[in-house]
Amino acid sequence: MEAMTGTWTEKKGLAQMLKGGVIMDVVNAEQARIAEDAGACAVMALERVPADIRADGGVARMSDPDMILKIMDAVSIPVMAKCRIGHFVEAQILESIGVDYIDESEVLTPADEEHHILKHNFKVPFVCGCRNIGEALRRIGEGAAMIRTKGEAGTGDVVEAVRHARSVIGSIRALQVMNDEELMTFAKNNGAPYELVKEVKTLGRMPVVNFAAGGVATPADAALMMQLGVDGVFVGSGIFKSGDPARRAAAIVKSVTHFQDASILAEVSKNLGEAMVGRNAAHMPEGEKLAVRGW
Amino acid sequence: MKIGVLALQGDFSEHISMLKKIGVETAEVRLPKHLDGLDGLIMPGGESTTIGKLAVAYSLMEPLREFGKLHAVWGTCAGAIFLSKDIGRDQPLLELMDIKVRRNAFGRQVDSFETNLEIDELMKATGTEHPYHAVFIRAPIIESVSGNVKVLSALEDGRIVAAQQGHLLATSFHPELTGDTRFHEYFISLASASAS
Repeated sequence: MEAMTGTWTEKKGLAQMLKGGVIMDVVNAEQARIAEDAGACAVMALERVPADIRADGGVARMSDPDMILKIMDAVSIPVMAKCRIGHFVEAQILESIGVDYIDESEVLTPADEEHHILKHNFKVPFVCGCRNIGEALRRIGEGAAMIRTKGEAGTGDVVEAVRHARSVIGSIRALQVMNDEELMTFAKNNGAPYELVKEVKTLGRMPVVNFAAGGVATPADAALMMQLGVDGVFVGSGIFKSGDPARRAAAIVKSVTHFQDASILAEVSKNLGEAMVGRNAAHMPEGEKLAVRGW
Repeated sequence: MKIGVLALQGDFSEHISMLKKIGVETAEVRLPKHLDGLDGLIMPGGESTTIGKLAVAYSLMEPLREFGKLHAVWGTCAGAIFLSKDIGRDQPLLELMDIKVRRNAFGRQVDSFETNLEIDELMKATGTEHPYHAVFIRAPIIESVSGNVKVLSALEDGRIVAAQQGHLLATSFHPELTGDTRFHEYFISLASASAS
């Protein structure tokens, strides 16, 4: 038989290989090497981490392909890159340079305020953010092969990440005890594709890998998300905006593996230096929140 | 029969599901003490650099080497890299199996592929005739084998994707991502043989 590429199994499968791991935001080849040396299972290549995107303001776009290619050359682990919501040409460019995963991300300024990219049209897999099960299943319906709960990127405040993970995982639990005749109403109320709602009920979990993101800054934050039931963790500004990035990165990697072992968590939490300063997400004006981007 | 799955990082829960499907008791291995009482070990797909670093950090290298001398060990993808003697770059390896492996040998994710393999040994052992559907993800290849390593499967162009050395098994692809339990059954037969 002919070898088949870009299949659903392949797209979903790479995310399965990332499970139990930490995906780190990096802005250059040097940071990418630090992340790989610390045990990151993948890196997210971008020009500015979310904390700087917030501080700088203006329009945040896909990164320079040359900068992404330099990061791809620097490390042997998978490299992800972000495109704007709905900007399918940025996605075509990222696919053509060979990134391993595309994040259609609310951290960048949306290019379309009504539509996301039809991700089934691509061979490269996509990860998308969500705040609740409806948003997650709409993205999967469009072809996302991996989901991350959004949290509130660039804050160092884990509260929104917890809110979104609890919402998604709580909904999966609620579906387990529903009668089949209740599923269409659930689909309607949550704006979720009916077939995927049925699949979640049958599987008892999300049909694709589900990571946490947006505000994870410490090993304890990462382990908290794992104990809530996500498959792995994205850390954006939390590492390279901290006092000792290499040490903090390695500690967060260990905390995701040993997320149920409090004595190991205590050990890895020692002497990490300053965490990123952070911004209290609850006191942030609605207009500044990135998580509300996505339809 | 109790089989451990190395649970440092990667798709270990997929292996556990496959083992449960064929009625085998399982345990997750994160620390040396978790190896006690196991009859075999599977090392899953994931990132081999991450798995290697965590194995070093939690003093698993020597206990895993000792375990592999006596018990069946199977590495899939990253696990096969970890099992090998040589990968041509500096990262922690168990060096248990006489195979030389090259990481990401097919290119990047867009080059990842699925294909059917005719694996005589597997079909004979499981009394089946249909080919094995293999899923390769940023997969390594086994560049060369030495000692008493037996090649179980190669692609049409000759690149080796599955090999066995006594009770040690290495596959570049991911049987845990399919519904086909034949490779897991085959591994259990190796674990039973080395246990007795």
